[in-house]
Amino acid sequence: MSEIKLMKGNEALAEAAIRAGLQGYFGYPITPQSEVMEYLALEEPKHNYVLLQAESEVAAVNMMYGAGGAGARVMTTTSSPGFSLMQEGISYIACAQIPCLFANIVRGGPGLGTIQSSQSDYFQATKGGGHGDYHLIVLAPNSVQEMVDHVYLGFKLADKYRSPAMLLSDGAIGQMMEKVQLPSPIEYKPDKPWATVGKKSGQERNYLTSLYIQPEEMEEKNIELQAKFKKIEENEVRFEEYKTNDAEIIIVSFGLSSRISKKSVDMAREAGLKVGLFRPITVWPFPANKIADIAARKQVKFFISVEMNAGQMLEDVKLAVNGKKPVYFYGRMGGIIPTPKEILTAVQERSRS
Amino acid sequence: MLEEMVFAGFGGQGVLSMGTILAYAAMKEGKNVSWMPSYGPEMRGGTANCMVNISDKEISSPIVNEYDIAVVLNLPSLHKFEPKIKQNGILIWESSTIKEKPKRKDIKTYDIPAINIAAEKLKNVKVMNMVVLGALLQINSDLVKKESVLLALKETLPERHHDLIPLNEKALILGGELVKQ
Repeated sequence: MSEIKLMKGNEALAEAAIRAGLQGYFGYPITPQSEVMEYLALEEPKHNYVLLQAESEVAAVNMMYGAGGAGARVMTTTSSPGFSLMQEGISYIACAQIPCLFANIVRGGPGLGTIQSSQSDYFQATKGGGHGDYHLIVLAPNSVQEMVDHVYLGFKLADKYRSPAMLLSDGAIGQMMEKVQLPSPIEYKPDKPWATVGKKSGQERNYLTSLYIQPEEMEEKNIELQAKFKKIEENEVRFEEYKTNDAEIIIVSFGLSSRISKKSVDMAREAGLKVGLFRPITVWPFPANKIADIAARKQVKFFISVEMNAGQMLEDVKLAVNGKKPVYFYGRMGGIIPTPKEILTAVQERSRS
Repeated sequence: MLEEMVFAGFGGQGVLSMGTILAYAAMKEGKNVSWMPSYGPEMRGGTANCMVNISDKEISSPIVNEYDIAVVLNLPSLHKFEPKIKQNGILIWESSTIKEKPKRKDIKTYDIPAINIAAEKLKNVKVMNMVVLGALLQINSDLVKKESVLLALKETLPERHHDLIPLNEKALILGGELVKQ
């Protein structure tokens, strides 16, 4: 049975995690996502999950490693400075191949920064973030509904590939309320023969580690991981297109800025400009092939990457377009959200030059 | 239909809950809504606001360029949002505390002395936001039905405050009557 509710993004994320069979949440409060743990704390008596406020994000990520290693469905949420603190642990988790879900409700940085909404953690989310060669599966929700849907999807993909997955969201989506349809709760029955839950007699010992001291073994592990990442890139790319079929100008935008850009597209169309929106839903794996296809279209004049940062996804768009068309950028930084009109003006300026 | 609105005032005046009740009522009518609060340092004694969009179609951007309706309950909010109202848009301002009049001639302005009304006629200044909301619903009756707002009040107010619902209802009615006069 599904229910319609008016919910904040953070609360919707928490409720979705419960419905998706959450077994453990380990976190440390930080604005603008503290409602997640608040919500889970209120709901805890009615459910069967473990909720633990860790002493820091460093502790929380290692609790994820431990509980996830025991096969539990685990999640943590944080915001930018907190996510930085988690990077060492995430690298370990990626190497040990522990399925788990992270959400970064991004705020403006660098440093302690601001509590206002930003998208300036794109590099950190999509390029690994910690040390070593690895990727997280990164979903970029742009509505409260997707905060729910991507929790389900994130958990599913994490299990499917034995890989950490994450939601790259932002403060505004976390704080805003929208109508949301909540899916039916699922009874989570993990099928994880690799989990370290105690060895039965006559059975090999399960061993989860990220330490391979012999370089030959470490390279073997890397080859295995890269093969997995390749499979994810082949199978899990997700994107959305809006009025791109006849478009001469393509806005590429993810998360909150894609919502704002959508309005800019409609305003541009009213002004007689053929603008379309391409929105990566998975920012890793990045929909590079689809962007390359669009770049090859004759009528496409240029791309403009619209982000709430100094131009991070811009690099991925440029790689995908591969010089076939110009790729420009428009963005605001430090927690400032652009208006639809600002984006339209940036598009118009580029189309005149 | 797409109505782009902003509700602004001091933290504690009930601007966020006014927006929430309206958004909830619209959702109950099957409309799409978005409610985006200002959050952060400005909420602690300073100015708070929320942007509310109501539409029967999909809402693309929760952030808008200009507003169809601005409801302002303090002077800084009047200064901030009066210039951002669309031509022929609506400005509702709390006239018992804001002593400066709006300047624009190309918008419709409504002065609502909600704080005085709530204090004198309802003996509870806390419901002044409902006086303002009542006025708004009278000015733009297409937004949501009054029954939906009453339902929203019941479903969004914590149960321990349900004894205040009749008072809130009275405040809504008084606000509507102010506009009729």
